[in-house]
Amino acid sequence: MAFLKTWRNLPLHIMIFPALALVLVYSYVPMVGIVIGFQSFLPGKGLFGSEWIGLENFRYLLDMPDTLQVLRNTLLIASLKIVVGEFFPIFVALLLNEVRKLWFKRGVQTLIYLPYFMSWVILGGILIDILSPSQGIVNQMLGWIGFEPVYFLGSNDWFPYTMVMSHVWKEFGFNTIVYLAILTSISPSLYEAAVIDGAGRWKQTLHVTLPGMVPIILLMTTLSLGNVLNAGFDQIFILYSPSVYDSGDIIDTLVFRTGLQNAQYGVATAVGLFKSVVSFLLISVSYIVSYRMANYRIF
Amino acid sequence: MQHIAPSRKAFLVANYAFLCLLAVSCVLPLVYVLAMSFSSSSAAAGGLVTLWPVGFTTKSYEYILEKPAFSQAFLVTLERVALGTAVNMFLSILTAYPLSKESTQFKPRTFYAWVFVFTILFSGGLIPWYVTIQWTGINDTIWALILPGAVPVFNIILLLNFFRKLPRELEESAFIDGAGHWTTLIRIFVPLSMPAMATIMLLTIVTHWNSWFDGLILMNKPEHYPLSTYLQTIMTQMNLTTLTAEQMEDLANVSDRTAKAAQLFLGALPILLVYPFLQRFFVTGIVMGSVKE
Repeated sequence: MAFLKTWRNLPLHIMIFPALALVLVYSYVPMVGIVIGFQSFLPGKGLFGSEWIGLENFRYLLDMPDTLQVLRNTLLIASLKIVVGEFFPIFVALLLNEVRKLWFKRGVQTLIYLPYFMSWVILGGILIDILSPSQGIVNQMLGWIGFEPVYFLGSNDWFPYTMVMSHVWKEFGFNTIVYLAILTSISPSLYEAAVIDGAGRWKQTLHVTLPGMVPIILLMTTLSLGNVLNAGFDQIFILYSPSVYDSGDIIDTLVFRTGLQNAQYGVATAVGLFKSVVSFLLISVSYIVSYRMANYRIF
Repeated sequence: MQHIAPSRKAFLVANYAFLCLLAVSCVLPLVYVLAMSFSSSSAAAGGLVTLWPVGFTTKSYEYILEKPAFSQAFLVTLERVALGTAVNMFLSILTAYPLSKESTQFKPRTFYAWVFVFTILFSGGLIPWYVTIQWTGINDTIWALILPGAVPVFNIILLLNFFRKLPRELEESAFIDGAGHWTTLIRIFVPLSMPAMATIMLLTIVTHWNSWFDGLILMNKPEHYPLSTYLQTIMTQMNLTTLTAEQMEDLANVSDRTAKAAQLFLGALPILLVYPFLQRFFVTGIVMGSVKE
């Protein structure tokens, strides 16, 4: 009987095999490749021919003057992105919820997540042009109302905030749509009851809408915890320049430069390993919490 | 006629204005790029272009289309999107089906599922990933852009959740009629999951179209760069380095700025074209996926 069942399920194993093989090669072999972080790795000598140096790479990192700054930049940019990126869509969804003209609501909904599907190459190219201090249209407009040109991408005071703002601008449409879907699922009878109790629109928002959204807000916030070290490589790599390394260099860009440009494979892997481990712990905790709290399951 | 308080009225006006601005801000940058790409180089240099072409000309586009680098990169991207989407869809369907079974029916399901899910929780990082791809010897070929990302775990999860919502009876009656797993998948699950698969397919097309970093590090020759990578290199290079005399001559009629704008617009165009379809499938698909009961 057991044999028969195995035989009947054989096609299921065969179906999974190709994806499994690819994942083993391109996801699990790199996990083994973490050992590079404990080596003085030379590509020619391979994974097990290179010299083992223990924690030397990590010690090197601790001695490097930039390490702390990079960590600080990453945490600042990433956590601002999480916080603003979480609350702005809620705000927009609440405002959209007040709109009674359906064509207007739909129109806005249609347009706001266009940037979400564009790559940072395109959006970055546009931002570089419109934010340019000499020729950019944004600074021209600031000039009309009497402001000095702002070096959005070239000054350390502005760079992190430009990153956060443009990130939120690119992504907010997506979460707004999700929150709006939640809003429409709140039972209308709750609003009717509130109206009978004499609540105006503002009180309705405060006492019906927001409480109805709390579970999903908590869930989304918890799930974004895994991004605390994820400041957004694509965006920053395309928009930064050596003059803003002080405020804009993040873990991922540091890994790219040390590893692939300066060929310090061991050091770069060590940095990447630090990020992977911390992110793994945070994501695991966030999933466990979400599961316990909201019965959220990935599959 | 219902009475509207003045404060409410003020709020509504401000609300409409704000939302209008917000929506416009998502589209204006593209309109600006389009206007810039059709403007003359002198108008662009003089900062005269806002939302309408000044000194209308198609020179920038002629210049780009003559450049072999652009069309070459475009062809690489086409190949990548076609091949990559086919491989991704094939693997997603094939993998989602066994994973959608109950553990009672297919015991190793949970184990397999965790093998896949673990890859989104933990990764070896950029350098080991890069070294692995070098080791498998596919770098500088089109496969380097396809195989490492060929198993889209999120899409598989989306699809398997969709499969699980299909009535069990369909599968059971198929089995009674003598169908095996392959027939059930191809004749019943696939035709019934068209909305979910359309979502995944559009998503995959967009992802492949937009990917640029893998091209940058895995392709040795610039001729092999996909379009996004090519665009990324011109965005950053021309910005920081000064132009050579030869390039200056090339750019006598077309300014760097209008040419860049034209290329950016062409790069964004396919996304604009699939956007209406994305709206139709994506919103329902995503809301479906993120709001699980």
